[in-house]
Amino acid sequence: MAEETTPPPAAAGGGPREAAKPKPASEDASGHPWVASLSAGVPGSVLSAKRFAGQVTVTVAREKIPEVARHLKDREDFGYCVDVTAVDWRDRQPRFDVVYHFYSFSKNDRIRVKCGAAEGEDVPSIAGVYLAANWSERETWDMFGIRFSGHPDLRRILTWEGFRGFPLRKDFPLEGIETGAAIYPEEWPEGGGPSPDDPNRKVVS
Amino acid sequence: MADDKLSQAERDEAAYFAERAAAAGVPRPLSGVGAGDAVAAAAPVAAEPPTLFDVQEMELNFGPQHPSTHGVLRIILKVDGEKILEAIPDVGYLHRGTEKLFETETYPMGIPHTDRMDYIAAATNNHAYCLAIEKLIGVEVPRRAQLIRIILDELQRLSSHLVWLGTSGIDLGAVTPFWYAFREREQILDFFEEYCGARLTLNCMRIGGLPFDLTAGWVERLMEFIDDLPARIDDYEQLLTDNRIWKKRTVGIGVLTAAECIEWGLTGPILRGSGVEWDLRRAQPYECYDELDFAVPTRTGGDTYDRYIVRVQEMRQCARIIGQCIDRLEPGEIRGKVPRVIKPPAEEIYASIESPKGELGFYCVSNGTNRPYRMHCRPPSFINLQALPKLAKGHLISDLVALIGTIDIVLGEVDR
Amino acid sequence: MGIVDNRFEDNVLTTTVDSVINWARRSSIWPMQFGLACCAIEMMAVMDARHDLARFGAEVFRGTPRQSDLMIVAGTVVEKMAPIVKRLYDQMPDPKWVIAMGSCATCGGPYRTYAVTQGVDRIVPVDVYVPGCPPRPEALIYGIMALQKKIDRMKVIRKVS
Repeated sequence: MAEETTPPPAAAGGGPREAAKPKPASEDASGHPWVASLSAGVPGSVLSAKRFAGQVTVTVAREKIPEVARHLKDREDFGYCVDVTAVDWRDRQPRFDVVYHFYSFSKNDRIRVKCGAAEGEDVPSIAGVYLAANWSERETWDMFGIRFSGHPDLRRILTWEGFRGFPLRKDFPLEGIETGAAIYPEEWPEGGGPSPDDPNRKVVS
Repeated sequence: MADDKLSQAERDEAAYFAERAAAAGVPRPLSGVGAGDAVAAAAPVAAEPPTLFDVQEMELNFGPQHPSTHGVLRIILKVDGEKILEAIPDVGYLHRGTEKLFETETYPMGIPHTDRMDYIAAATNNHAYCLAIEKLIGVEVPRRAQLIRIILDELQRLSSHLVWLGTSGIDLGAVTPFWYAFREREQILDFFEEYCGARLTLNCMRIGGLPFDLTAGWVERLMEFIDDLPARIDDYEQLLTDNRIWKKRTVGIGVLTAAECIEWGLTGPILRGSGVEWDLRRAQPYECYDELDFAVPTRTGGDTYDRYIVRVQEMRQCARIIGQCIDRLEPGEIRGKVPRVIKPPAEEIYASIESPKGELGFYCVSNGTNRPYRMHCRPPSFINLQALPKLAKGHLISDLVALIGTIDIVLGEVDR
Repeated sequence: MGIVDNRFEDNVLTTTVDSVINWARRSSIWPMQFGLACCAIEMMAVMDARHDLARFGAEVFRGTPRQSDLMIVAGTVVEKMAPIVKRLYDQMPDPKWVIAMGSCATCGGPYRTYAVTQGVDRIVPVDVYVPGCPPRPEALIYGIMALQKKIDRMKVIRKVS
């Protein structure tokens, strides 16, 4: 179903109607204590900071990522790297946003750190600072083609050998492209597979 | 060596081993190499015919099809006899492109896709997805819907831990708990089937609440079921907890300290088995969890046996939580005020819940249209699996099976 | 069956022999444990005490393809996994059958994406398709019974016209 219908009235009896909650709004968070500590600890790193729905997002410079990670881990006690991923903003410069989430047990809260990366630019890896980021960075490389310099073992993790292209980029069609991977070496030694020319391909907009 | 007396096969064998020894750069040390290295390197190669017993390293493919019922996981094992020298997981055999699919469909259309990620605990996936979008658009979920969501979540937690118990038991040779666990699980699936029509891939939550209200008698039957449950869990414990063979197979296997768990980003029962009492239902309560009274089972040992105890205790706590939710149920609405077409503001959000495997989170970036611009799932099994090479080193191949069971992975979630 | 394979004309003796051979084959189908995704859990549920696949003689799920006659492809076949499915099928000895369980194995299911093979019948020949997402265990049992009917129609020592 593509569309939501308005909710039906209360089933039985009368529950109190929920008061309309104010919609969350985004506000600038440059004065936030973590952001201030980050600007002080790693000078020149913080480019902007935002807060939406109680979540702080800090945009930092790409080259300073390992120092930022080290500062957050050692000084601000964000000891747990939740996730590393990326977003492809196709027509924007820089094209990609690499997004890190960190969690602190003592503060019981998360922070989101973003950095922009243009196509072809390397992002320094934080796999040495946070061991948990290892596979997440490999997955980001596999899906987006963002190279992490200094990563101990940067190779494809979810796609198969010989796969060309980076699936989660916006110009990669959902149906896939002919990657030339020889995944059926006995039948098609030169590469390809069953029905490689599928007329029903569409590009995700 | 009298070459003409050896057969061609024996000559081939000798040549093969000589080649490997030359490539390795050391003159054929005995297996279990340790202190004798320097001495062996100094002495010239003794002219004895090599035998098969002297092979020091073998590379084995554990999977992707193997009887251990965890799905299509391939582990490239480098073993020395039975001892594992290195275990490298190779995932991606179930990578279906779900995250790209999310971008082509509207927000409500994504809910069935989340079912199929962690397919053993589908309701928790739906819940995390709905929570993320509700936070993004600022929708309040009515109280009745919150309580029923908790009930469904905890039933799924029970069902997931029952599957874990059954399959873990079978992997280690204990076949009986499998039948018992699936007997309970069938009853739980009956409840789900009556609620939303599906047994496994539930699609049982909507953005803003739930699709359906409860049918007549569902709550009463559920109360009966959870009243019987502690006795059933006692059955499983009687089979396994003090069982000498079970203890020998699980105690001391895969020990993780609390610091290592945090370093590797492990969450869920693995973290709690190593002494860190951290549960997202307690630390960052969502829905009505802050009102409910339940314990967070924690053990300090950090080995497979401790994780087993943690999960069994969690099953008991599930029954407690469901009982409290049923007591608090009142008539009311089951879905909040959600617009007809969901178009969130052009912001990003991360929301996570405690799924049976760990912290399951969704990171959603919206660009103001009715389709997500980027929807990323933070899967606990993927992050937890990273620790397998570290855990498996030095253990035997049969312990590897126990370790895969204790990390409790679901390949649909690892590969998405 | 070697020298008696498809050799004889239809008569009362050969049809009886064939029916006995087919009865033996269909009453002891040994599936291979090949759960790929969500349908694997329903396949495990078929084995449990409620749906009890053992009464059809099919309880012995072998871990290796070399000892099994039925491959139930339960779940999504991803392009990375596809050559392995083919290799496992090749490793099974004759007579062998394949059940495509679930929508993903039948036609790619809800995943029309770059990574999913649109149906396992592009790789191996399928005898029975069981649709559903996932199919109920009763549906899988129905599929196995349909396969049993198909096996009953086989001509083992009789000539295939």
